[in-house]
Amino acid sequence: MAGGGDGRRGDGGPGYGERLRRARLGLICLIAPIVMLFISLTSAYIVRQGLPMFDGASNSYVRDWGGVNLPWVLLAINTGVLLLSSVTIEAARRDYARQAALAPVKSIPGVSLGEENHLPWLGITVILGIGFLVGQGLAWRELQNRGFFVSTNPNSSFVYLLTGAHAVHLAGGIIALVWAAATSLLRKPVEARRIAVDVTAWYWHFMGLLWIYVFAFLEFAR
Amino acid sequence: MATPATIHAHAPQGFIRKYIFSLDHKVIGMQYFFLALTAVFVGMFLSLLMRIHMVWPAAVLPLVGEIKPETYLSLLTMHGTIMVFFVLTTAPQGGFGNYFLPIQIGAPDMAFPVLNMLSFWTTFVAFVVIIAAFFVTGGAPLHGWTGYPPLSAVQSAGPGEGLGADLWITSIAIFCIASLMGALNFITTTLDLRAKGMSLMRMPLTVWSWFITAILGLLAFGVLLSAGILLLMDRNLGTSFYVPLIVVNGQVLGHKGGSPLLWQHLFWFFGHPEVYIAILPGMGVTSQILSTFSRKPIFGYKAMVYAMLSIGLFGFMVWGHHMFMSGMSPYSAFAFSILTMCIGVPSAIKTFNWLGTMHKGRIRFQTPMLYAIGFVSLFVSGGLSGPFLAQPVLDIQLHDTYFVVGHFHLIMGVAAIFGIFAATYYWFPKMFGRMMNETLGRIHFFITLAGTYAIFMPMHYLGMAGQTRRYSQFTEVAYQAKLIPLQTFITYAAIITISAQLIFVINLFWSMFKGPKASDNPWQSTTLEWTTATPPPHDNFGGVTPVVNHGPYEYAVPGAPRDYVMQTDPVSASAH
Repeated sequence: MAGGGDGRRGDGGPGYGERLRRARLGLICLIAPIVMLFISLTSAYIVRQGLPMFDGASNSYVRDWGGVNLPWVLLAINTGVLLLSSVTIEAARRDYARQAALAPVKSIPGVSLGEENHLPWLGITVILGIGFLVGQGLAWRELQNRGFFVSTNPNSSFVYLLTGAHAVHLAGGIIALVWAAATSLLRKPVEARRIAVDVTAWYWHFMGLLWIYVFAFLEFAR
Repeated sequence: MATPATIHAHAPQGFIRKYIFSLDHKVIGMQYFFLALTAVFVGMFLSLLMRIHMVWPAAVLPLVGEIKPETYLSLLTMHGTIMVFFVLTTAPQGGFGNYFLPIQIGAPDMAFPVLNMLSFWTTFVAFVVIIAAFFVTGGAPLHGWTGYPPLSAVQSAGPGEGLGADLWITSIAIFCIASLMGALNFITTTLDLRAKGMSLMRMPLTVWSWFITAILGLLAFGVLLSAGILLLMDRNLGTSFYVPLIVVNGQVLGHKGGSPLLWQHLFWFFGHPEVYIAILPGMGVTSQILSTFSRKPIFGYKAMVYAMLSIGLFGFMVWGHHMFMSGMSPYSAFAFSILTMCIGVPSAIKTFNWLGTMHKGRIRFQTPMLYAIGFVSLFVSGGLSGPFLAQPVLDIQLHDTYFVVGHFHLIMGVAAIFGIFAATYYWFPKMFGRMMNETLGRIHFFITLAGTYAIFMPMHYLGMAGQTRRYSQFTEVAYQAKLIPLQTFITYAAIITISAQLIFVINLFWSMFKGPKASDNPWQSTTLEWTTATPPPHDNFGGVTPVVNHGPYEYAVPGAPRDYVMQTDPVSASAH
């Protein structure tokens, strides 16, 4: 493992590359328990799905899993929005990486790289992220309109649980993005912004993958 | 986010930033330590009430009055929860790990100082929330620290199962989040902030133990969090994850089809690694102290590392041995049984190596060493009953008896506490700049060791005689009533042992202010914390980045000018 002990640490303060590597390592450590959380929810889903329930009326064991009529179209649109946001945040990540790389050149007196036009990728991603959450809220409302509430049956309980757990984690990503955007207002160095955007972008991609997993699981495991 | 670099440059001056919302890992470590100290006294007080009530059930106690059976269950629940989470998980990892891991690897601070501060304050909030459960309508929950449904999942199941149980679950969930933040920081710091020359195989075994504990926490607490969410939903949203069709007080509740066993699987998938989260740091500090006070290198350093890694790995494969009573398939029980006994192998390796470290050493029987030897003793005594309980046929007989209470208190409870005591006596000079009183330390040790055995060894006999655990009194059943004299003996031993802890508290606070000044390296130890000033400066090494040239336990090196070689000594210091 590259890292400490390899002699690359300098004279007390970590450099930009080290801080970026450290932040990415921290992100991996953050993703691990989220994966464990969803693995355990998945296990609970599979176990609960297979449980028989004693039915006194028929004096036999029956399954009480139940069905859920998911609003597929709405969820598919939400999926598209989230995937699009992954594209925009990747653009933001690359944009900030480029800015961080050029920062030393720009700081040389008399050197100009010309007029640069940047699309506000971070802002677009935040809007798309909020759009996804609103879309999920609409999906929940649609579920209720169709008569499926949290306690309607075990299947519907898990639909709310899995989508809700994902939404909470994505909301954390939006807060991180807003914080990353705020770093420019707080006049933090471009490197600090780049690190914040970089780890948030990878987290965001993970959220996208996680949603695809949840969506596919709800479709194929029901 | 503040980084070690910015902290390096600016030590905070104001009281709030310096001592309350500090980013300094040393202050945060102390905060964890004192939080755990508060928690352990709450937990001990609860156990004292239980012990007194058990043998003198009619006694009306000050502050609590008469103890009803349900009150007893509340005490039992809160004692277990507070001890497991806020003492055994908090002090060794959050306390000493926070304080010494960065210093022992030569780092100026943790990788993410702000996250570190948040981790502590989140733990503090969790503690406040669980204590609040005592004061709400119905009081604290009854369901034990393991929170088995349906008791824990049904609000009408008894007093304390209303708001008190909600607070209990909420507290555990908050604690999970705090622990995950801490684990993230520990892992990143260990992997990324080691000083030049501090290769993985030069890390002190304490660092290895905190690192492996952090990995276990990272993988285990997320599962407990998910289990807690399901429980909260069953309690408050009418879902049926854990609760089957059930009748409480003649009323059919709305749940149906859930499985209490689902909770048990999820809980114990966390719960068994939690045992190692509590004990691994104790193993680390015991290794450190045995080597230092025997003036010998640790016997089999690499074997110790691999043993801890394999204990951590096996820890995730044996949760089913807590569930032999659940009616699981005999094939599953067989697999869990075999895997459980496999943990005996790395555990035996560690014990053998500890003994090998002391063998023919020039042992200094100072208080930290006494506690480290005490740890080994308790680890063996408590560990040997493990293979008994790993047998499904025996466990079914012994599971709900005092045999199990004796077993886990020795191996997980008091052994880990001895690790905490050993660490306190060992690192106190570095933390506070003064020495603890040696005489008081020895008195404290011998009373605590004797008291511990007097309390928990008889419990094994009680269990074999069929004394059931979780009962608030035994007068109603003839065969159980015959065992009351032994329970009375245990209660007397508990009163004496708990009282003896005042010696520790007096020693701790008296020494903090009045103890003789400590030198930078009073134990003539080798690891990096002993190379810096006492107490360490804000950035740990006074602006100097240490360079590591040696392993962590180079004692009695042939040809060296003194009987120990510091990790930062030049290479020539150990030249033969």
